[in-house]
Amino acid sequence: MLAFIIRRLVQSIGVLLAVAFIAFAMFRFVGDPVNQIVSIEASAEERAQIRESLGLNDPFVVQFARYVGRAAKLDFGISYQFRQPVTKLLGERMPATLELAFVSAVFALVVGIPMGVYTALRRDSWLAKLFQAVSLVGVSLPTFLIGILLIYVFAVTLGWLPSFGRGEVVRLGDWWTTGFLTTSGLRALILPSITLGLFQMTLIMRLVRAEMLEVLRTDYIKFARARGLTRRAINFGHALKNTLVPVITITGLQLGSIIAFAIITETVFQWPGMGVLFLQAVQNVDIPIMAAYLLLIAFLFVVINLAVDLLYAVVDPRLKVTVRAA
Amino acid sequence: MTEPVLSVRDLKVQFVTRRGVLKAIDGVSFDIAPGEVLGVVGESGAGKSVTGSAVIGLIEPPGRIAGGEIRLKGERIDNLSPEAMRRVRGKRIGMIFQDPLTSLNPLYTVGEQLVETIRTHLPLSAGQARRRAIDLLAEVGIPAPDRRIDGYPHEFSGGMRQRVVIALALSAEPELVIADEPTTALDVSVQAQIITLIKRLCAERGTAVMLVTHDMGVIAETADRVAVMYSGRIAEIGPVRDVVKHPLHPYAVGLMGAIPSLETHADRLVQIRGAMPRLSAIPPGCPFHPRCERAFARCAVDRPEPLDRDRRKVACHLYDEAHAEIAS
Repeated sequence: MLAFIIRRLVQSIGVLLAVAFIAFAMFRFVGDPVNQIVSIEASAEERAQIRESLGLNDPFVVQFARYVGRAAKLDFGISYQFRQPVTKLLGERMPATLELAFVSAVFALVVGIPMGVYTALRRDSWLAKLFQAVSLVGVSLPTFLIGILLIYVFAVTLGWLPSFGRGEVVRLGDWWTTGFLTTSGLRALILPSITLGLFQMTLIMRLVRAEMLEVLRTDYIKFARARGLTRRAINFGHALKNTLVPVITITGLQLGSIIAFAIITETVFQWPGMGVLFLQAVQNVDIPIMAAYLLLIAFLFVVINLAVDLLYAVVDPRLKVTVRAA
Repeated sequence: MTEPVLSVRDLKVQFVTRRGVLKAIDGVSFDIAPGEVLGVVGESGAGKSVTGSAVIGLIEPPGRIAGGEIRLKGERIDNLSPEAMRRVRGKRIGMIFQDPLTSLNPLYTVGEQLVETIRTHLPLSAGQARRRAIDLLAEVGIPAPDRRIDGYPHEFSGGMRQRVVIALALSAEPELVIADEPTTALDVSVQAQIITLIKRLCAERGTAVMLVTHDMGVIAETADRVAVMYSGRIAEIGPVRDVVKHPLHPYAVGLMGAIPSLETHADRLVQIRGAMPRLSAIPPGCPFHPRCERAFARCAVDRPEPLDRDRRKVACHLYDEAHAEIAS
């Protein structure tokens, strides 16, 4: 098990280095960084001096090594537009994005799995057919449209929920701010989380349904019935558990996407998260932020995938053997 | 005569499909006495497995029991509520399936599945159920059962898994065990062991067995009586010795004749010409008449009812007294 984790960690470092290389290459190929820093009036000597002081005359490999070394210490340089350390900027906004992503993922799982189970077990009921129809809407409507529709109905027309922002937040520790502890913070989370999680929810629902239908046809379910087990034990103990491996895989991948692609939802709801920061960075060619964001998302994907691999072994004993052998 | 454990009367099972109603079982009647092993043989699609599923109440839509009665120790069980029938399954009727590789849930240990079954049917504590599970594993011949109980199904070989399945089927001391092709998926070398095991365990407990198979060798060795099925009906049923050695029904004659023998040399095995009719095209009269070499006019019109002949029943007009002269 330990050997497996170490092996996966080494692989993860490889992935992160590759992403770091792409991030670093942006500095070189998307314009001259010196132009981004100095004013238009700067003389050629000043430019050369800055170039030297930033180490831009060093060989490519040396510069890359220096970038990776700093990144390992969470130093991603100074943002061009804000003149502040990138780490601080991202750190301030990360809690907002992570909280939103977390609530969306929980919403997708807590609603999606039971709906999937229900539609599989009561295939012919009208409610199951309704869920199926609604889920089609969920997978096919674009996120921004769902967000705007929700705002129109619940914020504008009914006036029940706020249409933008995070509400009041409470500071926890040095840099984490949370919206979980205030009513307005919680209320502000509802619409963006539904918007962000709806696609994942319908995806999980359809996945669970398909997997359940598959598993319910297997011999061991038939044998479980022949053993006289209760419906509940068969449906949830035996059938649902066997659908979990694909569900965990998809959920893991989707959780990464939720965080990475919160951009659209954050824009629609003016959510003060990393996505909005990233969009601003793109508009202003703020490469340090873009590069750091790229690395951060890659890091999250790697961590989530590692967690998924470890979860497999918990759920399915047959995979534990391959994990041990690896 | 003692009361039979299982008594099936005029059982009909139908599958409702878009193209019409298919009669998978059409008027099957038989009894199984306590401790008796009834072999059920026939070609694929003859209705052997469906009969087993009907008895244990596992016919799934679009299939349904369309008529007849199933009695377990005199009580009707074919019209029980789903919940009452669930309590009969596993407790009073155990079932062994064909493929041990897929019969066990891969995500739970053997012990978890045994304890779960035991505690569903018997009022035992978790510890007592575990001890019982270990005893059962020892009884079905699993070495080091106190250690193996915590193993997962994939850590057992095919033969060992079938032993676990047998332990599961017997875990609540059922009165009847339905074994649906219990050896078909196993190595030939393991088949004999499994059959001997089922026979021994059921004999010790006085459990009746309904052994569904297409392996005549297994039937000849194991069964007390045998039912030969054809197109959802019983062609002939009687003591295994009589039916195997001196079959009466032309189909049974063909079936027994097709078994290769070591004593006589044959270049070509005996073959019954034609194939069993599809369920959607069962001919009127006797379903076997288009393939039967001794068929006569009445066979195409009149459905033969089971006739008593010595200790057996045979559904064939050849043995009807009124037509004896035509037959001879």
